[in-house]
Amino acid sequence: MSAKAALTVSDLHVGFGAGSDYREVVKGVSFSLDPGECLAIVGESGSGKSVTARALIGLAGSGSRVAASTLELHGRDVREANDRTWRGIRGKDVGFVLQDALVSLDPLRPVGKEIVEALKLHRWGDAKSRHARVLELLEQVGVPEPQIRARQLPGELSGGLRQRALIASAIALDPGVLIADEPTTALDVTVQAQILELLEQTKARGKALLVISHDLAVVSRLADRVAVMNQGVIVEYGPTSEVLFNPRDSYTRRLLDAVPSTHSRRARLSGDASSSIAAGAKPVVTGKPIITAENLTKSYKGPDGVNRTVVKDVSFELGIGETLGVVGESGSGKTTVARLVLAVTAPDSGRVLVNGEDWSSIPEKLRRPSRRLITSVYQDPLSSFDPRWTVGRIITDALPAGEYPTPVARRARVDELLGLVGLGPEHLARRPLHLSGGQRQRVAIARALAPEPAVIVCDESVSALDVSIQAQVLDLLADIQQQLGVSYLFISHDLGVIHHVSDRILVMHNGRIVEQGPADEIFTSPRDPYTQQLLSSLPTLEKAHV
Amino acid sequence: MTATATATATEPTRFEDDLDSDFSADFSAGATGANRRGGGWRRVARTVGTGILVLWGAATVTFIAVNAMPGNPAIAMAGGAGSHPSKALVAAVTAQYGFDKPLVIQYLMYLLQLVQGHLGFSSSQKMQVVDVIAQSIWPTLLLTGSALVLAWVIAIASSLLTVRRRRAVSSLGSGLEVLSAALPQYWLGIVLLEVFAFSLGWIPATGGTGVVGLILPALTLAIPLAGFMSQVTRDEFDAALEQPFVVSARARGMSDGGVRVRHALRHAILPGLTLSGWAIGSLISGAVIVETLFSRNGLGGALLGAVTQQDMPLTVGVTLIVALTYVIANIVVDAFYVIADPRLRSRS
Repeated sequence: MSAKAALTVSDLHVGFGAGSDYREVVKGVSFSLDPGECLAIVGESGSGKSVTARALIGLAGSGSRVAASTLELHGRDVREANDRTWRGIRGKDVGFVLQDALVSLDPLRPVGKEIVEALKLHRWGDAKSRHARVLELLEQVGVPEPQIRARQLPGELSGGLRQRALIASAIALDPGVLIADEPTTALDVTVQAQILELLEQTKARGKALLVISHDLAVVSRLADRVAVMNQGVIVEYGPTSEVLFNPRDSYTRRLLDAVPSTHSRRARLSGDASSSIAAGAKPVVTGKPIITAENLTKSYKGPDGVNRTVVKDVSFELGIGETLGVVGESGSGKTTVARLVLAVTAPDSGRVLVNGEDWSSIPEKLRRPSRRLITSVYQDPLSSFDPRWTVGRIITDALPAGEYPTPVARRARVDELLGLVGLGPEHLARRPLHLSGGQRQRVAIARALAPEPAVIVCDESVSALDVSIQAQVLDLLADIQQQLGVSYLFISHDLGVIHHVSDRILVMHNGRIVEQGPADEIFTSPRDPYTQQLLSSLPTLEKAHV
Repeated sequence: MTATATATATEPTRFEDDLDSDFSADFSAGATGANRRGGGWRRVARTVGTGILVLWGAATVTFIAVNAMPGNPAIAMAGGAGSHPSKALVAAVTAQYGFDKPLVIQYLMYLLQLVQGHLGFSSSQKMQVVDVIAQSIWPTLLLTGSALVLAWVIAIASSLLTVRRRRAVSSLGSGLEVLSAALPQYWLGIVLLEVFAFSLGWIPATGGTGVVGLILPALTLAIPLAGFMSQVTRDEFDAALEQPFVVSARARGMSDGGVRVRHALRHAILPGLTLSGWAIGSLISGAVIVETLFSRNGLGGALLGAVTQQDMPLTVGVTLIVALTYVIANIVVDAFYVIADPRLRSRS
């Protein structure tokens, strides 16, 4: 705790509620941060990392109780600061960046106005100089054509530009401390790399940077020191290389092991034995394809009346028992490919074959009996479940009609499915809202398995999960494939996940397949320039080590 | 933009102005300007189209109602059997509306009359229906307009002041809203009269002209509507204050009050606007009660008289003019919506 520290925190406690309802979510956290340094707080949801960050600017939330033995910003004790004092500090001494600028910037106001607001609140300059400053800031964070962008709404900007504008609003007054809470979480990898670059520049300009993240790879690139938080406590704190490559705490080790990456291929990610069914080599993929896509093209008419081709000339095969990973950034057409395979959207040209027979161009009436062959698991099961239904009803509803005529038979099958996904009969009567994220995704998988499909389309199925839960679900999917021989069409923006699960990979960019081939080949020797760019943008733990 | 940029204003209120003009979605700039404007106006054009359909529907329904009435429609249009219209009058009406012709022809003639603005003669008011409407529409529009404005003021104030405050304040706010939404206008009017006109004697009970005479009737209409609207704005306000952009704004140094006024309020207004189009319709039907209660001149009173005295032309005329008002109100609301929600101008 040197005198020049930008931020010093010791024994920080934050709790919510009163009396017997009082719940402490941050339990005695201590750290310090010097100018020109980056500290990362890493943890899963509920670890207390975001509340810690907000407590540092006096915004822990309504009904929160904050106590600390030291809470100093640039040597100034802010423990007793009143609202007025805090308002003077926020934005001026400490900048704060949240994730996903689509909701972190007011969707009804042009982004320039949000940046002006930061200046205006601290009575910086006059209208003319503020205007000039906004354009200068946008330029500084790498927003092209700042004159035009400043007038646009967050919804009119791409994810990367939005996030840059949000950062511009946080650094408008050049604060000495910048706190970024999951600054890159909602972004595509190439955009993520640009934002990380931007944050690195801020650090290089001598600012103290506190990054909150669940993503260890992001942290490894940016942080000088890392604090790993679990259940309100910092379980490990030290230099980045030490924490990530020589972890002493068992939770840190579990967290690191759970990250899917090149090294984890074919290996189990979670140490959780309850989800494991059998270990061993993957069954041999047979040569005969279950799904064949031939020259698929699909375009949609935009609100401006212009046709946009979202899938162009896409052809691929999915073998029995195979996992085909589809990777690409947002807008690359991955989800449209999934919709074409599921035959919820008809292609403009080209066709999809299932078991060598026409699938996409036959009438719905003929297709319906075979729809059970292809099921799907989405990112957010909560929105694809009826919240009033119990788990038992959700799964029973997905059983093929007529195959389980008696309640006893149905119940037996539901129990079997629950067992397959590592849940028990005790979950039958629960409703989705009362399940954890991981349990919900298990129910979604059980529902997808209910009609005994040959193919499951997984569209960002693990993207919303914490890394340790994601590890369990990925292991579960692997076990199910080994046991039942289903094929997966696995769509994800996460290259680590894709590499971990896939036998073969399609790389999509602007609606086209730019490269396809065996997973290892794509990752070790990508031929297409876009794939190369994508892979080089990916922050990985391995790279940080070098 | 250049005008405000060169201004060297220093007081905060002035800044609010440059903020608004500085980076507000200004459509003269940007390559997509034309498209965006097109989106908004296409929406308005669609509303006008549906409005015409609504009017046609209202005219058709009243035509069916007139024809479904027992007895000779010509006598009904001439003032009803009770007024003993002369043979000549009945014959004139028969010729004018084509009551001796097939129903389809009658319908077309009726529509033709309406399009030309011929609404007929009111037997209860002894004057042309057009004149009755012209006389009574302004007091009614003034009443419903002020009631709507009052309702908005109450709803916004209630949201700004009581959402996410101490629990007692929030509960009081939402409790009062539910209570006022449930108040019957007739009863509320009587209570207001009793308290402010008879007991306190602050405001004359009836016949007050100008603003003073408007206060009680407008409040009678506004309070239940405000209760209803503020429940919607309250929910949206609450949801907006939960959003990350509120944390962003606070993290820039904005006060809680500033966030409420400059960020959350605009979000809260949107669902209230949607409701306002509907509210105009409900206010006009409420005006029937309130105008009677406060002895005010207006469409409500005219309609009540027309119905009780079986004055068919006036009933048809008032019904159509209410439908027209409703349609225009919805067009105005849509235009406001496009102003309040810049996203509608920019679906790219």
